[in-house]
Amino acid sequence: MALDSKIPNGPISDKWTDYKDHINLVNPANKRNLDVIIVGTGLAGGSAAATLAELGYNVKAFCFQDSPRRAHSIAAQGGINAAKNYQGDGDSVFRLFYDTVKGGDYRSREANVHRLAEVSTNIIDQCVAQGVPFAREYGGLLDNRSFGGTLVSRTFYAKGQTGQQLLLGAYSAMNRQIGRGKITMHSRHEMLDLVIVDGKARGIIARNLVTGEIERHSAHAVVIASGGYGNVFFLSTNAMGSNATAAWKIHKKGAFFANPCYTQIHPTCIPVSGDHQAKLTLMSESLRNDGRIWVPAKLEDAKAIREGKLKPTQIVEADRDYYLERRYPAFGNLVPRDVASRASKERCDAGFGVNKTGEAVYLDFAAAIQRYGKEQAHIKGLDGNDAEVIVKLGTDVVANKYGNLFQMYEKIVDENPYATPMMIYPAVHYTMGGTWVDYNLQTTIPGCFSIGESNFSDHGANRLGASALMQGLADGYFVLPYTIGDYLSPDIKMGPISTDSPEFAAAEKGVKEQIEKFMNNNGTQSVDHFHRRLGKIMWDKVGMARNAKGLNEAITEIAALREEFYKDVRVPGTDKGFNQELEKATRVADFLELGELFAKDALHRNESCGGHFREEYQSADGEAQRDDENFAYVAAWEYKGKPSDAVLHKEDLIFDNVKLVTRSYK
Amino acid sequence: MTFDLKTFKFKKMKLTLKIWRQKNAQDKGAMVDYQIDGIEPDMSFLEMLDVFNQDLMGKGGEPVAFDHDCREGICGMCSLYINGEAHGPDRKVTTCQLHMRMFNDGDTITIEPFRAGAFPVVKDLVVDRSAFDRIQHAGGFISVNTSGNTIDANTIPVNKQDADDAFDAATCIGCGACVATCKNSSAMLFVAAKVSQYALLPQGRIEATDRVLNMVHQMDAEGFGNCTNTGACEVECPKGISLENIARMNREYMSASMKG
Repeated sequence: MALDSKIPNGPISDKWTDYKDHINLVNPANKRNLDVIIVGTGLAGGSAAATLAELGYNVKAFCFQDSPRRAHSIAAQGGINAAKNYQGDGDSVFRLFYDTVKGGDYRSREANVHRLAEVSTNIIDQCVAQGVPFAREYGGLLDNRSFGGTLVSRTFYAKGQTGQQLLLGAYSAMNRQIGRGKITMHSRHEMLDLVIVDGKARGIIARNLVTGEIERHSAHAVVIASGGYGNVFFLSTNAMGSNATAAWKIHKKGAFFANPCYTQIHPTCIPVSGDHQAKLTLMSESLRNDGRIWVPAKLEDAKAIREGKLKPTQIVEADRDYYLERRYPAFGNLVPRDVASRASKERCDAGFGVNKTGEAVYLDFAAAIQRYGKEQAHIKGLDGNDAEVIVKLGTDVVANKYGNLFQMYEKIVDENPYATPMMIYPAVHYTMGGTWVDYNLQTTIPGCFSIGESNFSDHGANRLGASALMQGLADGYFVLPYTIGDYLSPDIKMGPISTDSPEFAAAEKGVKEQIEKFMNNNGTQSVDHFHRRLGKIMWDKVGMARNAKGLNEAITEIAALREEFYKDVRVPGTDKGFNQELEKATRVADFLELGELFAKDALHRNESCGGHFREEYQSADGEAQRDDENFAYVAAWEYKGKPSDAVLHKEDLIFDNVKLVTRSYK
Repeated sequence: MTFDLKTFKFKKMKLTLKIWRQKNAQDKGAMVDYQIDGIEPDMSFLEMLDVFNQDLMGKGGEPVAFDHDCREGICGMCSLYINGEAHGPDRKVTTCQLHMRMFNDGDTITIEPFRAGAFPVVKDLVVDRSAFDRIQHAGGFISVNTSGNTIDANTIPVNKQDADDAFDAATCIGCGACVATCKNSSAMLFVAAKVSQYALLPQGRIEATDRVLNMVHQMDAEGFGNCTNTGACEVECPKGISLENIARMNREYMSASMKG
């Protein structure tokens, strides 16, 4: 099957407008006769559910949490990009488009990214109208800050809780439609299979997580908005429940899975503290606006710090290595995430790490506190030479910008980050890969769409900060509502889809059999036992730096682990009610397949690009070496029974508007 | 001194856990005593429960069910009434951000679900908080469609103080600690936070009258109790939502009732 990305013809800046002018529409009276299932209620799913219901479709929304408001978009901290150019610093739709394509290391689809940049400004207008309380300046207008990989300030924010405020905005829009009866909300439900009738997605099989009942739900189209698969690493900044099951089930039913190896390892997370650790916590990239990253310049100082004999504040300026500022003078601490993460790893591998495990670097706010303190002293007419006054005033400014993040750090680490530098280390955060979709956000299964983090389309091999929120809301509020209408227009006379068909019965049977198998397995090890082992293989061999030998080992080890899992996993309790171990078992079963495809994809991509760093392909100074001649394509994998048999399909990436050059932040 | 403190903190703890076990909504439920050893001070409270559950399963038992998801204190999914306090003894944290360094070797820790008539138990420590969602369905929104053609975001300047106060109210995570803490099981702080967020913004003023009446009506219909101004909710709120929001909602309600 040849991949057709369905990119409209014409100049890039006209594509989306022309597309919208020529698609088929569904009239308001007919929308009432069409049902849409949406799986996941984060920024993408929540915004899509609200918008489709406003348009008049009957929406059936599903989330595994107890309320749509809990989706993990809520934990996004720093902000959302939009090409508003409110700062007058030279921003534009083209520049946001360009930064995103370059930031993604030239592995994303130009037309999708340009559309994203175009609708970015609508998102801010929409959210303000919804009552999202963005940060404002004293004059009452919206404030902005900078994020990595850009030279302008285009990021809108609400302290360190931007994701929370945007999600609650989408949730409020959903609530209005739930109140009107246009959205039927199924909380504490998990999708366990897709139902295809006559070649089209027509429903799902879901488990009611409270009663244990297996339910059939039908619709004219199914939208997957279930987020990313970072939890394949066990330890990540994803929520404990974040999983790939919905995305993996559609993959097994025919949706191609694209670029699974593109994973974002975020540079600023709280380091691992012990074996008991269940998840990792992010410290927002926005902190790099004001925090400076460093390690000791001398090996003996780093050793003394690790042994608790020296404190970071005792190391004088000349003995510190601000390695990002040293290596990348143009972007400094605001280089993109993949670059910053690799640079941390390089320093720690060389022996300069600063915590017990040797895997941490400093993020230091002392200079920012001084700078802001002096500015405030000047504004207030106070003594600019009084050290105590300066620190107090500066601390207040920093607290106002990042207060909740500093508090979170202090609660976890038990150290005061205003007085001593934070310790940070990279951790798995986001997955750029995901279900392959065309320009319509439709997967290779007709009627099955994929939006937000669960698709692959906009971020290439590396996502820029504050772009995930932008993409989630762009897909849900402004893109899918058009493209799905075009798909649904022939279905207006179809009437409700029956759930009594043999296709529903077969899918339900498969789900029930899998659950029965787990319940009757009588193994000896818990689900977490296998999940942790999978995570360790992934982190050690498919993590921040990869090589052919390690990837080959990972593929063999994951396949063996999967076999052992099915033989020896133990799921206690009953499937006829609330059972969190059973929930985990079905999710980890899918991660055990996805992990193998992930490693296979990483092995086939003989180049380094963005978040995918192959040790064999680097320059003398350790920078990633892309191979545009052989790898400027999307790798879309077709399921053929097991991950090792997956078949590769290539979508060539064509760059008409951006020139491919070596990505440099120097 | 610092060194001694650190050494002390890395000592492993032995604890007695008294945990509420209840098979399902129909089951009567009871407190059950357990012992656990080897707990490190750097563990979060929920990581302690993870370790405990793995241990329990290893002995053939059924793990204790508890709600949790982001483990960063923002999703509002985790709950737990620990030693008589919602989210435990620390302040301005959710249970997932509570760390074992708040406890001592040999302690007995009592763990119960959030208890309120409007929050029925699902299993063990998991409760049903969908009443909160239904209050939001009644009015927790601004009626504006997603056209993408609203006015430019900077057309209406908003006083920074009002915007900041609206933000502070909007940081409510809907965990239900206020209800669990209140002797009347009142949801006033939760409802007031949403009413305040919109009342403080020009975009939200347009529907302010209907919103407060509808949300308060739904709050009463869900069976939450009345507010008697004890202020316990503000103390236990992990996000520090201020009682001022309740005062603001009362003003809004009063003026709306007169208009209505």
